Amino acid sequence: MIVLTKDTMQILREQDVVPFRNRVRELAVKIGMSLVNQTKLITAASELVRNMLRYANGGKVILEIISKSAQSGVRLTFVDEGPGIADVKQAMQDGFSTGRSLGLGLPGTKRLVNEFDIKSAPGQGTTVMIIHWKNGR
Amino acid sequence: MERIPILKLGPFLLVTIQIDLYDRVALNLENDLITMVSKTGAKGVLIDISAVNIVDSFMGRILGNIASMSRIMDAETVVVGMQPAVAITLVELGLTLQGVHTALDVEKGMELLKTKIDIQYGSLDEDEEEGPDDRTD
Amino acid sequence: MDLTSQLLQKHKKRILEIWMQNQLADVMLRDDLMTNDELRRQSEELLEALARAVTSGNLDNIYSSDYEQITEILSDISITRARQGFSPRETGMFVLSLKQAINAVYEQELSDKPAELYREISTINKLLDNLSIITFETYIKGREEVILRQTDEINEISTPVIRVWEGILALPIIGTLDSARTQIVMENLLQEIVNTGSSIAILDISGVPAVDSLVAQHLIKTVSATRLMGAECIISGIRAEIAQTIVHLGIDLSNIKTKASLAHALQLAFSMRNVEVRKINRTPMSGLGR
Repeated sequence: MIVLTKDTMQILREQDVVPFRNRVRELAVKIGMSLVNQTKLITAASELVRNMLRYANGGKVILEIISKSAQSGVRLTFVDEGPGIADVKQAMQDGFSTGRSLGLGLPGTKRLVNEFDIKSAPGQGTTVMIIHWKNGR
Repeated sequence: MERIPILKLGPFLLVTIQIDLYDRVALNLENDLITMVSKTGAKGVLIDISAVNIVDSFMGRILGNIASMSRIMDAETVVVGMQPAVAITLVELGLTLQGVHTALDVEKGMELLKTKIDIQYGSLDEDEEEGPDDRTD
Repeated sequence: MDLTSQLLQKHKKRILEIWMQNQLADVMLRDDLMTNDELRRQSEELLEALARAVTSGNLDNIYSSDYEQITEILSDISITRARQGFSPRETGMFVLSLKQAINAVYEQELSDKPAELYREISTINKLLDNLSIITFETYIKGREEVILRQTDEINEISTPVIRVWEGILALPIIGTLDSARTQIVMENLLQEIVNTGSSIAILDISGVPAVDSLVAQHLIKTVSATRLMGAECIISGIRAEIAQTIVHLGIDLSNIKTKASLAHALQLAFSMRNVEVRKINRTPMSGLGR
């Protein structure tokens, strides 16, 4: 896997969300992703960035364009230093929520993107990595 | 603070969302709209989201809330003009907006609202109820 | 400079001539797919790159940067040939016939030094064998690309959205409904709903060989997405055995309007749109008139 471009955005306030989404869209458009795949990626990013704001008071996102066997994609890594998740497996179940949300956040996000990885432990913060390939496969 | 304008058209309220919302603006819209329903005694709420590129679980919840709250106050809610990419993403995310009526565009949404209100008030005008529900089992 | 690279540099011209002769004499020569000039250009380019690569002294690791250029040229040639329709044998022979040419020249040059001849030939053989493996790998990759593109095309073609009446769309699905296909079906259908302003879509699954819980899930997703857009979806073409599996698997389709045949679905769609189709009784006179 090759990283073609890389930059980082700090997400500290709700107002940072819209510029962040636009940045993700720019990257998706740059590699020629279709509209449906763009929408899936941005929606997934929006879910994760909201989690970061709600549970960890913000954090940073690393935005990358990557390439693997002639296929390009967007990789987003959400890093926060919040309280972390005690039971990652439980958090990945549909309908589970500690907040007042619908509990679709993490499992729903996973369904929207091609690759999804979460690392978290109580007190250690949370890192979520997602990849969406250009053709959505 | 940015606010979404709400137009009053006879017994209906019309909202056209033209910008990408962040959470605070969406919450304000929910508040303003419900206040307007109660103040004007509107019988229908029409939300045009044809210019919205992203509907995530939060935005979906707001739309659901508006519909449920309006219904308690005896008003029907129709969401119109959802883009195909947004619809596909919402379904993948697991959100089907139960309890929210939908229509292709503002015009069809208006018609739908009118029939809903006709049914409620047992108007003697031509009955445009949906076709008989005679599915095969 | 070692012997291998000296020999190659010195006899480049002769090797090329013999190589070209071999290739042109081959009964399998595809002069219908490629002109002889083009073949000569490719051969010369490859030989040049090979001669340059061996000057590095590296004679066995073809994955090092010394061989980057030559592997690039080879991959390029194999992929183009795969797309042009060359057979694997014809593509493979390109490198293998170079081996014969080099061997022939070496035999003449080193005829009085058998030990060196043996060493040189085995070195160059090993090198060219490795390169021909690259040729095959990229050839297959090229074919796979062709297959993938065709799969995409088939998926596109096999999901036509038909406008059967004003405001009514029909989409006959033929073949297996997997998740990639469902995506295309959904995208085409929803886009067409927007384009035509249709409020009813009929999904006909007569041509779907089997419906399991995954396929049912895809269907339910499509119906849900259609509803979100503000249109209604009817599923038709449910055969007896499909109805049986659906019930046995415990799939709940009770929220979805289903019909046995496309004709029934169309009838339902008409009644939803307040349209009526009637048979007109013409009197014999008007029928025979004129």
